[in-house]
Amino acid sequence: MTPIDMTELARRAAEEGILDVAYATVDAPFGRMLVAATPRGLVRTAFDKERTDDVLTELSSRISPRVLEAPARLDGVRREMDEYFEGKRTEFQTPIDWQLSQGFLRRAREACAAIPYGEVRTYKQLAIAAGSPEAVRAAGNAMARNPIPIVVPCHRVLRTGGGLGGYGGGLECKRWLLDLESGLMRL
Amino acid sequence: MRLPPFQTLIDLHGREVHRYLAACVGPIDADDCWQETMLAALRAYPGLRDDRNLRGWLLRIAARKVLDSHRAARRRPVPVADVPDRGFESPPPSDSALWRAVRRLPEKQRAAVALRFAADLDYATIGDVIDCSEAAARQNVRAGLAGVRREWIR
Repeated sequence: MTPIDMTELARRAAEEGILDVAYATVDAPFGRMLVAATPRGLVRTAFDKERTDDVLTELSSRISPRVLEAPARLDGVRREMDEYFEGKRTEFQTPIDWQLSQGFLRRAREACAAIPYGEVRTYKQLAIAAGSPEAVRAAGNAMARNPIPIVVPCHRVLRTGGGLGGYGGGLECKRWLLDLESGLMRL
Repeated sequence: MRLPPFQTLIDLHGREVHRYLAACVGPIDADDCWQETMLAALRAYPGLRDDRNLRGWLLRIAARKVLDSHRAARRRPVPVADVPDRGFESPPPSDSALWRAVRRLPEKQRAAVALRFAADLDYATIGDVIDCSEAAARQNVRAGLAGVRREWIR
């Protein structure tokens, strides 16, 4: 037993409005993920490949250094992600805090968030949906550096002609997610 | 300034702060004091202008909470008997008769002894925390130990 009660600290900090970034981990089928939220909503998800320290440091400098591990604050999104990975959920209801996405990046990511489960788009189509048909490369960039993978489903965006394109979680992971959504996977 | 995520401070120094608090106020009140210390630190954290000694900064806040706790204790009725064991991994130093003697020392000596032996700080850092020179910190530890010894021999 540890004398340090993090749950109580996070609860009181949240109550007082001084818990600016809460984070927790989620066990995904392809490895552990980190999820982080502000009082406004989900702000960051990260694959295991990104080191936790780096992600937390980034959140600390871009949002606020008031960062605490507080799984209870992320119960909703953790449950939704579990259900999604089990093939039991096709849409995320959890609110999103878009503050890490500005300008065109934000438009492209919001357009991505609107792609329905089980469907795919090309980077070109995403650029059009984001209101800048010429910005195909920028749309690719917006996906490559998506701060909220899985929930903002950048895995649903492919290269024209059907090539997988890239993926922050690795191409194997992208293929796994597309298989999951196409119903190909036996769960 | 780029401050580390607050959770990192807790991971690095949280236990040490708790040990210091347990030495100063006893194992029961230490949990409350720890929460108060961390909340106060979290409140002030974004405004911090100097990140060179975050450990000393946390312990300084803890030292203030110890003072608050002692003031509150003086207003409280006489405490009951002795504290029950609460299943720590290893018995905290705070639970022995020796540490109870430490808690009866004058404010500065108690803080200095606890910082030296429960939080394992060097004298310069102790001076930082209790707001005196390194030499005075050493003197406070020495006087505190002498005080405990006198009570021990009696």
